[in-house]
Parts: sequence; structure tokens; C-alpha cells
Amino acid sequence: MQVNEYKPKIVAFCCNWCSYAGADLAGSNRLAYPAEVKVIRVPCSCRVNPMFILRAFQRGADGVILCGCHPGDCHYTSGNYYTRRRMALLFSMLDYLGIEKERTRVEWVSAAEGAKFAATMNDFVKTVTALGENKRLEDLRCKK
Amino acid sequence: MQKITREVLIAKAEELLSNGTVSKVLGLKKGEFSYDQTPAVFTDIESMKKDFVFDDFSGANFSKYLIKETKKGEGKTLVFLKPCDTYSFNQLLTEHRFDREKVYVVGIACDGMVDIKKIKNAFGDGIVSVDATTDTLKVETLYDGVKEIAKAEVLAERCRNCKSKKHVAYDELIGEDGEVISSNRFDQVDELEKMTADERFAFWQNELSRCIRCNACRDVCPACTCEKCVFDNPNSGVQNKAAANSFEEQMFHIIRAFHVAGRCTDCGECSRVCPQQIPLHLLNRKFIKDINGFYGDYQAGEEVGNRAPLVNYTKEDLEPSEAVNKGDK
Repeated sequence: MQVNEYKPKIVAFCCNWCSYAGADLAGSNRLAYPAEVKVIRVPCSCRVNPMFILRAFQRGADGVILCGCHPGDCHYTSGNYYTRRRMALLFSMLDYLGIEKERTRVEWVSAAEGAKFAATMNDFVKTVTALGENKRLEDLRCKK
Repeated sequence: MQKITREVLIAKAEELLSNGTVSKVLGLKKGEFSYDQTPAVFTDIESMKKDFVFDDFSGANFSKYLIKETKKGEGKTLVFLKPCDTYSFNQLLTEHRFDREKVYVVGIACDGMVDIKKIKNAFGDGIVSVDATTDTLKVETLYDGVKEIAKAEVLAERCRNCKSKKHVAYDELIGEDGEVISSNRFDQVDELEKMTADERFAFWQNELSRCIRCNACRDVCPACTCEKCVFDNPNSGVQNKAAANSFEEQMFHIIRAFHVAGRCTDCGECSRVCPQQIPLHLLNRKFIKDINGFYGDYQAGEEVGNRAPLVNYTKEDLEPSEAVNKGDK
């Protein structure tokens, strides 16, 4: 008998200039990363409003990862520096409310780091799978 | 310290109205009971003598009302600001929310305001009137006669750990100016941080599941001044109260606090107006504490023109993963 294995839903916000290209590189190098990762392309990591992250959780994501250019390499000069401050505060707040801190992550992945992208995603999916379903941030009103 | 009374403020308003310095006065008028007061605009001294009130229940922060009031008509608006209100005043000026030239600020000394909800917690709902002229309040109740309670016991939560008695903006002062106080306002945040994640979750679930989404915390907040708010979007699915008594208003509360992070002056209005007595200031204070810890001490509204921490950066800022692990200790 086949047992239904738990597969987490992961949302990955990737910046257009580095991390999305990194994901592309991982693909063209045939490096495998789990299909549970849904990549959403954003123009810059600082386009990601903290609300996007909470919204993903509300609608049933089990983990949210945000990838951007390495600090100093932002296509728009300083976008990821703002991201860094915002996410530091947001993650600290989520932890303060008792949300598992492993469910959120920020990684800097450049366009040349296809291997890092695949490794990061593999690791993140493994972590979130171990945590199980997100019950603490889901919102039944938003799930249809 | 000179006790600020209604008479002192009316005399000051009469002087400023009659010599033409101001054309209207922003203040409070009596509601159904002496302790529930409503904001009002007075344009003549007669109506002020009739309706104007000021006592230990006049805790409202008037800075936010100035945005709309200064846009109406010519002439200056007179406003009485307590020390904590002046921080919000400066923060709004920093954000260019109103014209400084159209406001006349009279700073008033403050020795703490009383929270009617705490009196109700102590004596029940049938409170007819409260005499708050001395340090021992005389509370007239409907069923139990007159009761007494010390003012220190029913001080508003934000006044318990007041951060400053110093006015950072004024045209004129009544009473003496105080000093910035090194307060213990982060103690409760520290306590929460020491708990385990499960305990914290249980604590906040208990608090936030009481939320009825009346949006009073948002509407009163002097930092929340967007004309169109993200939470008014009818397509969001979260603009109303959750049907179940669950933890689902957390997004509203995280985002509400996040939107004012770095601009919140810790005036405590959100907790004051909450009909469900949710300690909302603990969310704001967590952000303030983190900002102080991660990026250096910052007090919003201390000076006009200061750059808020979230619209600023340094190349050596800490990584988000380090930020979370800091809370572990």
C-alpha cells in the first residue's frame, strides 16, 4: 500500500537579476531541486513587501524563502540593503509571536550560483518537511 | 509639578483666541460620562467654557487630528500637547503631514493619565463618576456607593513606564519641562522573549484572538496616516473579523505594527483605545527594541527631519538569520 508522503508548499521569491538567473543556471546545469518550490519572480528582493510573506502563509504556504543579490551587488544599487533590514525585523517579530523561525529564510544567491540555489532549496525543503504543516499562520478565510 | 486643570487651559485659550493668535482650539468635550470624552473643535470661548474638559482621563493624543484640522480654513489651530504627544507631532512634521505654521502648540506638563478600563476592571461596569483631583480617586459606582483607589494603581499602561516628561516641540509651555526618563518599558518584551516559542504562541493566541477588528488601533495611531489603508481592500479576504475565535487576526497586527516600525514613537494610543484590552504596544515595542538593538538607539520624533531606520541602511547590517537567533537568548 502506498502511503501519501507529506509534501510541503514552498514559496520562493527570487529577484530577477541574480537569484532567478541562478535558478535558471541550476536548471541548465541539471541540478535537481524539489518541485515543491514555487518560484515567484520579483524585480528586486526589496519589492517583497512583508505582507507578501504573511499572505503566502495565510493562504497555506508552509515555508517562504526570499532570494536576492548579495549585499553590494544589487542591480538597483541598494534594494537588498533595505530588504535585509525589513526582513530582520519581520523574522524577529514572527519569532516573537511564536512562529517557527525555520519557516522563513533569506538567502543571497547570485546569477553564477546555480549550485548554491539548488543546495539552498534542497536544504530548505528538508527543514520545512521536518516541521510539518504550517498551522500557526494559516488563515481559513483565505483558503478556498 | 503644577497640576494642569481645565481652568488653566481655558484661560490660556481665551487669551490666544482674543488676541487673534489662533482661530480655533482642538480639545475634548464631555461625553455621556465625565470619563468618556470626545474630541471637539472650539471656535469661541463661550462654547469652550460650557463644554471643554480636561482631567486625568484626557489621555488622547491630538497630533493626528492636526492633519485634517489644519487643512480647514485660515488661521492657526491651538492644541495642548503632553510630552509624549510632542514626539508624534514631530514625527508627523518629519513626514510632511501638516503645516507647522498653522498650529500653535501649548505644551502641558503631565503626571500620568488614568485608564478607565482599569477602574472598570476593579469595580465593574456601573461607574457613574470619578473624582480624579487628588492622588486617591473617588469612584462613584451605581451599586456599591463611593469607592477609593490609588491613582498609581489605575495609571494607563503607557504612563506606568513613561519614557519622557520632556516636550520636544512647543510654542509655549504651561508648567515646567521635565526630562527624558530611562524607563523600564522593554521589561515585558524581555519577559516574552525569554519564553519558549510555544509559550509565546499561546500568549499571543490568547491576546489576539480577542481582536474584533474594529480598527480603532489603526485609526487612532498618529503614525498610521495613509489615506487609503491596505486593510480596507475588500478583496483581501481579511478586511473583517474572522468567523472563528482563532488567531487569524495576527496578520493585521503584525502588518499594523510593521507599517509604523521605525516611526512609532511609543505613544501607546493603540493600547489605550483597544476595547478588548489587547496589549498592542508590546508589538510596537518589540520593533523599537529590535531597531535599538540592531541599528543603534533611535527615538522616533525626537527631532524633526530624522531619517527613520527602515528607510536607511549600512553595509554592515546584520543578516535576518542573525536577527532571529538574537531573540533566542
